[in-house]
Amino acid sequence: MRIGIDVGGTNTDAVLMDGTTVVSSTKTPTTANVSEGIAAALRDVIADSGINTASIDGVMIGTTHFTNAVVERKHLTPTACIRLGLPATVCLPPMVDWPLDLRDIVGGNAHLAHGGHEFDGREISAFEPDEVRDIAEKIKAAGLKAIAISSVFSPVNSIFEEQSAEIVRSVIPDANITLSSEIGRIGLLERENAAIMNSCLRQLAARTVDGFKAALDELRITSPFYISQNDGTLMNADFAKEYPVLTFASGPTNSMRGAAFLSGLKDAIVVDVGGTTTDIGVLQHGFPRVAALAVDIGGVRTNFRMPDTYSIGLGGGSLIQEDPLKVGPRSVGYELTEKALVFGGDVLTATDIIVAGGVSTPREGGSVEGGALNIGDSNVVADLDSGLVEAVQARIMEMIAIAVDRMKTSATPVPVIVVGGGSILVTGEIEGASEIIKPDHFPVANAIGAAIAQVGGECDRIFSLAELSRDEALDQAKQEASDRAVNAGAAAASVDIVDVEEVPLAYLPGNATRIMVKAVGDLRGVLPPGEGGGVERGA
Amino acid sequence: MRLLYEENIEDIALGAAVLGTGGGGDPYVGKLMAREAIRQYGPVELYTLDELDDDDLIVPSAGMGAPIVIVEKLPAGDDMIRAFQALGKYSGREPRGTMSIEAGGLNSIMPIYVAARLRIPMVDCDGMGRAFPEIQMTIFTAYGITASPFAMSDERGNVLLMDTVSNKWVETFARSCVVHMGAEGMIALYSATVKQLKEAAIYGTITLAEEIGQTVRDARLNEANPVDAVRKAVGGFLIFRGKITDVDRRIEGGWNRGDATMAGTGDFEGQALKLDFQNEHLAVRVNGEFAATVPDLIAVLDGETGEPITTEALRYGMRVAVIAFPCAPQWREPDALKLAHPRYFGYDVDYIPVEERYRGL
Repeated sequence: MRIGIDVGGTNTDAVLMDGTTVVSSTKTPTTANVSEGIAAALRDVIADSGINTASIDGVMIGTTHFTNAVVERKHLTPTACIRLGLPATVCLPPMVDWPLDLRDIVGGNAHLAHGGHEFDGREISAFEPDEVRDIAEKIKAAGLKAIAISSVFSPVNSIFEEQSAEIVRSVIPDANITLSSEIGRIGLLERENAAIMNSCLRQLAARTVDGFKAALDELRITSPFYISQNDGTLMNADFAKEYPVLTFASGPTNSMRGAAFLSGLKDAIVVDVGGTTTDIGVLQHGFPRVAALAVDIGGVRTNFRMPDTYSIGLGGGSLIQEDPLKVGPRSVGYELTEKALVFGGDVLTATDIIVAGGVSTPREGGSVEGGALNIGDSNVVADLDSGLVEAVQARIMEMIAIAVDRMKTSATPVPVIVVGGGSILVTGEIEGASEIIKPDHFPVANAIGAAIAQVGGECDRIFSLAELSRDEALDQAKQEASDRAVNAGAAAASVDIVDVEEVPLAYLPGNATRIMVKAVGDLRGVLPPGEGGGVERGA
Repeated sequence: MRLLYEENIEDIALGAAVLGTGGGGDPYVGKLMAREAIRQYGPVELYTLDELDDDDLIVPSAGMGAPIVIVEKLPAGDDMIRAFQALGKYSGREPRGTMSIEAGGLNSIMPIYVAARLRIPMVDCDGMGRAFPEIQMTIFTAYGITASPFAMSDERGNVLLMDTVSNKWVETFARSCVVHMGAEGMIALYSATVKQLKEAAIYGTITLAEEIGQTVRDARLNEANPVDAVRKAVGGFLIFRGKITDVDRRIEGGWNRGDATMAGTGDFEGQALKLDFQNEHLAVRVNGEFAATVPDLIAVLDGETGEPITTEALRYGMRVAVIAFPCAPQWREPDALKLAHPRYFGYDVDYIPVEERYRGL
């Protein structure tokens, strides 16, 4: 059995799953000390099901804790950066594009050294060990132990980053070092930014992950636990301590992966309706489609593979304005249960309209927690003008339909999966949807997404098709990605290539092509082949 | 003369992306370079041509190579300065200032870095009024201003100087040399006197880019319609509003070529649009009829935010607006037009200025 936990800003959700069956689920408030909230959620699901903790094979945790730390500028460790690429890159030193307040907190301790590669693997300049040793001495003298190392075109060749790390460790034995090539792709500033943020989050990551561990120990859960990352795959707890930035987008990813699991669909649009916003994403092969553009985290540009989501200001708490008719974007948010009419408040919200309409019946067998027929006091809204109720419902469906259409990958109608606490807002048909699915357990889709996560590996490199055939290059890329998935803990037999992307590079000679491949597989030991793994992949 | 501060750069970058008509490189790196240089060396003096002496020598600065490389191998900065100074040395004259060779994309902003570091004037004009992929595609070529002498430098300190028999030869040699520099070189070219520029240059394009950027920003703040604000700022026409229904990209002759199709929405319901691009947008057809072509400018904007969208970012489902606006009048003179005629890009059609097509609408 597995437990999936989603630690959000407001709620901590947990589910207990046996194979593909959800045994129990809970929603509890997130606490300032996250491990208390987790312990409470764990107690709930375990007590609810009455199982023996010894039968738990794994605990999967999704958290937005590290994203929030950067956004709120809290718990960040001062970090130095060494960039190899001289004489190139001088005019834009590390952290040049950071918000000044964040740069101040992190320390702005940046160093440039020789090294780096060209796009085709030639060296920009020779690596100089003594230069790096001198820099390491300076960093040591400044009392810093958190260090990020970047090198130009390190996604093509990371040797200089690795050699530098060795030298830094010889000077500062307990240095906490992040290499940019371990976590990013082409785009020096963005990759380096991610590496710096990673090093400055590691102390917090160690504390937080230890806190998770303490919560599990308290409940005598001895199984391994994992943290879910941006792309919906898992990393083990030790890896999460090393790479906290890889959790930055796990929230939306988990809700989409949970939706895939609950519906049994691999290709669909997911509509996650919350209290204030609705996030729309696209599932491809059971994974979220990733964004093409750079993503800002707390004002810092990164190039993580983040789910491509589109948000609109529509949720259960959205304010209704009657003339002219307007739904959202203003919302009562988490105060819904105090301010909405049906809860004795004096604000007309989208939830009130839906209760007045009374049409949101769950699908056959669906367990709608606090469903439409049982939300607050429906008598309060019984007298609402039925014309208004219908107009608002129509407007809500129109807003969702436009957003869904925006995210579609082709004109063909696709299934739409609706999840999230505000799902009751979806009361009719969505234009362009082949069907609308509100699966069981939709309010805790994100915790389920965490519970069913897999492990993955990526390859993102430029190949010269003058030396290799295209097929050879693709095979090489697929092999690298698969090897990385296995190294990350995937059962080799279950590894599957889920994404191949080729970008022909105009201007570059030798038919240069950037190939990005992603491989995923089931976690060794937790999801034995043939059992579990509710989302089937590959045909 | 007016001063360009850090705050002006953001607007110029946004406007430059509009004038980049889908290509020209992401101005992000150029924006950071200009901003950092201004922080360090102080504001840049932006001059109009009229404020300079006819004899003053102006040397444009630019970068050339692959856009994907410049985001990884960030410029040294010294490479730009070196190319600029090498050209002055070869010419035997001290340049008075610098300028942009193309108003669209990355190269509109990079010279601001040179101006800031050398504390020399930046001139408010350029040689295209937009962005084009090849070196000889400038108004200057038509007016007999030579791209030679041409200097190109890399971060290592190599400097190449070329003196060629035509501007097209600069393109040919420089394109193969830049590969050896790691597909990224900083260049200085098309040096000209203010007198020559008064005849051939496109005036006020930095200011135009800034105004476009400012307009978009104001429109967003005031919750006005940013698309319409851009259209007005560039004196253009709304060609289409719709949703991208297909994007087809391919590599032909070393270029990113492709087309996007869109289905109309709102006033354009029931209409279909086809947009062709080769690095930049080349031509747009509505219901099969040409609605605008090069050398006029065609920009694709996010339908809500007015943010310009590059050809790499075009994607199914995006709600966009397509606007077209007249190129600089110099492009319409015979010698210039043949450099950037629709036929040069493979369209067997006459060039009809966009405002003639849309007259009375």
